[in-house]
Amino acid sequence: MSDISMQDSSYEANMGDYFALLKPRVMSLVVFTALVGLLVAPVPVHPFIGFVGILCIAVGAGASGALNMWWDADIDQLMKRTATRPIPSGRVEPGEALGIGLALSGFAIVLLALATNFLAASLLAFTIFFYAVVYSMYLKRSTPHNIVIGGAAGAFPPMIGWAVATGGVSIESVLMFALIFMWTPPHFWALALFVKSDYGRAGVPMLTETHGRDTTRRHVLIYTIALVPVALGLGLTSIGGPFYMAVAVVMNLWFLKGAIDISRRDDAACEADKHKVEINVFKVSLYYLFAHFLALLFEAALRQYGLGGW
Amino acid sequence: MAMKVEHEVHGRRKNRNYGVLILLLCFVGIVLGLTVVKVIQLGDARKFEATDHVARPQIIPEEGNE
Repeated sequence: MSDISMQDSSYEANMGDYFALLKPRVMSLVVFTALVGLLVAPVPVHPFIGFVGILCIAVGAGASGALNMWWDADIDQLMKRTATRPIPSGRVEPGEALGIGLALSGFAIVLLALATNFLAASLLAFTIFFYAVVYSMYLKRSTPHNIVIGGAAGAFPPMIGWAVATGGVSIESVLMFALIFMWTPPHFWALALFVKSDYGRAGVPMLTETHGRDTTRRHVLIYTIALVPVALGLGLTSIGGPFYMAVAVVMNLWFLKGAIDISRRDDAACEADKHKVEINVFKVSLYYLFAHFLALLFEAALRQYGLGGW
Repeated sequence: MAMKVEHEVHGRRKNRNYGVLILLLCFVGIVLGLTVVKVIQLGDARKFEATDHVARPQIIPEEGNE
């Protein structure tokens, strides 16, 4: 038990502490991508059903965050960034996080099945399982490729949103999944290159620490190159269109240029300009994802007026 | 043993209790809303009776009646 939790043994957790278990910032990205997946689908959804669907996806994602915090409490308290989370700081008991995570998972999956369809609910169940069990319990502590495979958990929401509307899986929803899936590694490794992490102290294998920063720079470039055909391919499907394609071409060139810049640098250059290029590429990666999904949304809005699409 | 009506735990857990109250009310609202939307979407209200998984001859339209 940490010092803080000893001091605060009489502390009474409030709703904010429990809400923090749900990782609200991750949740906001989940809500955005799931909403786009739902809105770009060719089948109209009743607004209230759509709202409940997105809510269930968000709560399910939050529940998997709580389960992750329950499992990772031991390593969270060793790292500066995560030491203030509710469990390592002693505000919430581990058992409470486990209970909340399991209960909310159950509610979210059952309600999504009742409100929409079983495929969407199954995908949500698999996402929670994948993040809490496959990523948190196995991948995270065993392989530096944890972020590559684990990224699948963050890539499912638009696919679930699409399933809420259509009740199915299609090339469009698979490519939306692939876009986030392929985007996660270069996005995360760009961050890992400039953030002084203490993953090593917690025994979590990170590519920057297991294989070195040069390998990580090469990996950023390789994964960014692999990302380009996915992003452009999505533009050729029924949810793409000239506007999306224009945005995709610009954003991919921008991201690719950043990845090439990173791959040409060494530690001395990074120290010299205080990781300016890496920080910049990390920001570009955020714009990249938002721009692609906003462009999909815009194409869907244009289609309402008979415009957009091919 | 006399029970204190206002126990100190009430004050300590006030935030949490109100939070749970709000969440439960939201849950009731969502289930009610879903019910209303789903029933309206059926169009023909008789279909609602058909969801109890039991054969109901009286709700099956007769030939020539419709």
